Amino acid sequence: MKLYEVKEILDAEVLSGEDKLDQEVFGACGADLMSDVLAWKGDKGVLLTGLTNPQVVRTAEVVGDVKCIVFVRGKRPSTETMELAKEAGIVLMRCKYPMFVACGLLFSRGLVPDEYGEISRIL
Amino acid sequence: MNMEKLAASYRLEYDVKAKDYVRGGEVSSALRAVLKQLSLPPELVRRCCVACYEAEMNVIIHSLGGRLQIDIYPDRLVMVAEDSGPGIEDLDKAMEEGYSTAPEEAREMGFGAGMGLPNIKANTDRLVITTNPEGTRLIMEVLFVGKDS
Repeated sequence: MKLYEVKEILDAEVLSGEDKLDQEVFGACGADLMSDVLAWKGDKGVLLTGLTNPQVVRTAEVVGDVKCIVFVRGKRPSTETMELAKEAGIVLMRCKYPMFVACGLLFSRGLVPDEYGEISRIL
Repeated sequence: MNMEKLAASYRLEYDVKAKDYVRGGEVSSALRAVLKQLSLPPELVRRCCVACYEAEMNVIIHSLGGRLQIDIYPDRLVMVAEDSGPGIEDLDKAMEEGYSTAPEEAREMGFGAGMGLPNIKANTDRLVITTNPEGTRLIMEVLFVGKDS
């Protein structure tokens, strides 16, 4: 799934990295616990979270090649978070949907990590 | 810099302040930048940085301050996280997934999930923890050869 599709599906507002929406992502993680994010192999993925502090960007950097962070429930990140994301080259978006709905929308439209391919068959 | 040029070892040292949540993750960001220059496989970089990040946050959240010393050898990474108290009261419980003694302020920032030490264990090849009320020391080793290569 391309990032511009993520934007469309979530009806999201792009906060930074508008020029990087042509990148492809292969999986996602929805979490507010940074250790749960750290347990995820975030290669070429999207992180959905309700946290807006700079540690979200640092955590995304550490788990690998995270392409995009989506803030749910219309939350706006701090200036510091925005700056860190720009430095790291990570696209930032925010959407109005709560976490469960945002994740469900992306999953049902085909953003299913390889290891959960079995589950996607029931959709 | 690449692995061939890394003849002996390369050391990174950082002081980590207690409760300095805002700067949390800076050490692992710096480590990531160095490891990327060494052209290590991304999975190895990820494992080293996750262990480093969790150790760094543990010092920030739980200790009175400490330091991280990271030595990169041609075949392995050795990280020592050392802090000055109050120590881990129940190490067996601390190794359990989901057990946490983190304060509310850490939880508000998304930390304190009780996954710190389990995440470190899962991402390292060797983990040695010594702890008493004066402080805690973690020795973490990630091998660059072996199970992931």
